[in-house]
Amino acid sequence: MKAAQVIMDTGAHAAALAVKSARVDVIPGYPITPQTSIMEAVAAMVENGELDARFIPVEGEHSAMAAAVAAAAAGARVFTATSANGLLYMHEVLHMASGGRLPVVMCNVNRGVFAPWTLWADHQDSFAQRDTGWIQYHCSSNQEVFNTILQAFRVAEQINIPVMVNFDGFAISHCLMPLTLPPQEDIDRFLPPHSPEWRLDPEYPSSFSNVTNASEYAPFRQMLSDDILASIPLVKQAAQEYKDITGMWDGDTIDTYRLEDAEVVAFAVNSMAAELRLSIDILREQGIKAGLLRPRLYLPFPAEDIIGALPQNAQVMVLDRNYNFGHPGGILASELKNALFGRRSDITVKNRVMGIGGIDLTRRFMAAEIRAMMDD
Amino acid sequence: MTTSIKQLPDIEQVLSGNGACGGCPATMALRIVGKALGTNAIMLLTPSCAVASMGMTPRLGYNWPCINICFATAGSSASGITHALEIMREKGRLQGELPTVFSWVGDGGTYDIGFQALSAAAERNDNIIHFCYNNEAYSNTGVQRSGATPRGAFTTTTPAGKRQTKKNMALLMLEHNIPYVATATVAYPGDLYDKVLKARNIPGMKYIEILAPCYLGWQFDMPETVRMSRMAVRSGAWLLWEGENGKISFNHPSSLIISGKKEAAPVDEYLIKQGRFNRLLKGPDAESRIAAIQGDINREIAFMRERAKITV
Repeated sequence: MKAAQVIMDTGAHAAALAVKSARVDVIPGYPITPQTSIMEAVAAMVENGELDARFIPVEGEHSAMAAAVAAAAAGARVFTATSANGLLYMHEVLHMASGGRLPVVMCNVNRGVFAPWTLWADHQDSFAQRDTGWIQYHCSSNQEVFNTILQAFRVAEQINIPVMVNFDGFAISHCLMPLTLPPQEDIDRFLPPHSPEWRLDPEYPSSFSNVTNASEYAPFRQMLSDDILASIPLVKQAAQEYKDITGMWDGDTIDTYRLEDAEVVAFAVNSMAAELRLSIDILREQGIKAGLLRPRLYLPFPAEDIIGALPQNAQVMVLDRNYNFGHPGGILASELKNALFGRRSDITVKNRVMGIGGIDLTRRFMAAEIRAMMDD
Repeated sequence: MTTSIKQLPDIEQVLSGNGACGGCPATMALRIVGKALGTNAIMLLTPSCAVASMGMTPRLGYNWPCINICFATAGSSASGITHALEIMREKGRLQGELPTVFSWVGDGGTYDIGFQALSAAAERNDNIIHFCYNNEAYSNTGVQRSGATPRGAFTTTTPAGKRQTKKNMALLMLEHNIPYVATATVAYPGDLYDKVLKARNIPGMKYIEILAPCYLGWQFDMPETVRMSRMAVRSGAWLLWEGENGKISFNHPSSLIISGKKEAAPVDEYLIKQGRFNRLLKGPDAESRIAAIQGDINREIAFMRERAKITV
């Protein structure tokens, strides 16, 4: 049996290596900062024969998602990647992917949205796609990006719902970290070849995504809504089996740190949540019983797991790297309150928005913010 | 020799009982296309009359696997499918002759909202056939102006008649250096059939545009569809040509007009038959307006004649 290989690599390249390991068939791609490095790496792998796939250099993200969706309908395993405005430009076709029940996997390298322009990370782009019917993971390390893309393909193909794997621009996409690459035969064991139950096939002339009457449209939508919720056990199963095979674990729907006896709980996603572990240590040294709850899954929102994990009477400090326009604060806080309402009246939720447009979120800064929020 | 209508194969890919208007030129054209493509094909449709005609889920009036896609994406969606099929065959997951991947799209989905993705698919020379059935307006939504609407034509968004000329989409596609471009129209079914048959056997990007006189949008009597199509060609308002690897040749009877062996019929008769030009044909400045349209046609004939001489 081959041993795992450990290398130093960026998050973007980790994503490309996961695409290669997943034996993807078709990759439509279009450049946008900070995602571009993924597409460059994938294009090079296809060109030099490392990855037996088709790279389609499309003319924009709307076309990237259109080509991805169509290739999936033809029966291929499909990947693409984008960021910020590219993701916004795809919006219409994201709905076709989920409504069409096509198991596309996409990386979104989080970046703040225009206007004005910014190149750096916040989470407005992915959270703005909440209602497109995609499953959304948010990752906090290069290793988690690699692991999650493989889990995403498995979940997507099991339940025929597209999956978005999000991680922060630059902090993850462009920073080197140690990366463990499991042997390919282990990955093949975890992720079997894609064999969809249905594909476009002249042997079976039939229409796909054609006009429906309300009596057919409504059940389609209800089924999508139900199945998105039903993906939670599959997400957990994928994480567990991935751990059984590779030994690696990033959490399943949620990830926690020093949570069991916590009185103050930091709640955040992506790279800032990795940094928050250090903030928790600082707060613990200061005598505050702090812990971390990081949702790995943003959609479906893992309400039950969060409710089950929060200690009694905890104060939850939601650190949002986005705005929930029309409400004070951010989107994560709103989602959390929605989940807790009527279920955990012992919990207090406090919220601050920070790190917009890539403002650096250091462990000391966030520890100080959490301390200040205790007096909010 | 052009295939005669009597020689067309019996196969019917447009099934009876679909929802098209009587005299629908797009449906007539699709019937001919089906005879040339046969069953081994995958059809892509953007929002258009062809979707309104195909029947509601789960019924289907076309005998192919059909995928409805986002309006702007005919080029990129067809690329996705053709690449998927090719790589799956390379990896041994598909056997036999790969299906022809073809888009069946109106002028709105080709000239306007679909132009960017189509241009990119052509530039990549992906292995697809893009059919534009051109009824010179957004007929499905009730006849609004498109980039294919000719000067002077009334639509619901050009209540005084369109002030601008249409663009030469087929020539724009030719200038993408793709292996095959052709124009056709329903009055010449054998010509259309032969062009589709030819396109089917050429690898890479193929573009076929079919003028589709729409009785509703053009405002003529329903049984006059084919006659209107023939008048468009005889007046030179629509030229039948094909471009193979950049070399243009004209098809009968447009070839006679281009070579000067036959005069193009004056445009008046063609215009008079169509209610959409009514406003143009009334009033004191009718003559100058008709002359402007005739000028547009003459310019295109002269331009295409000269363009065809370039054979680099």
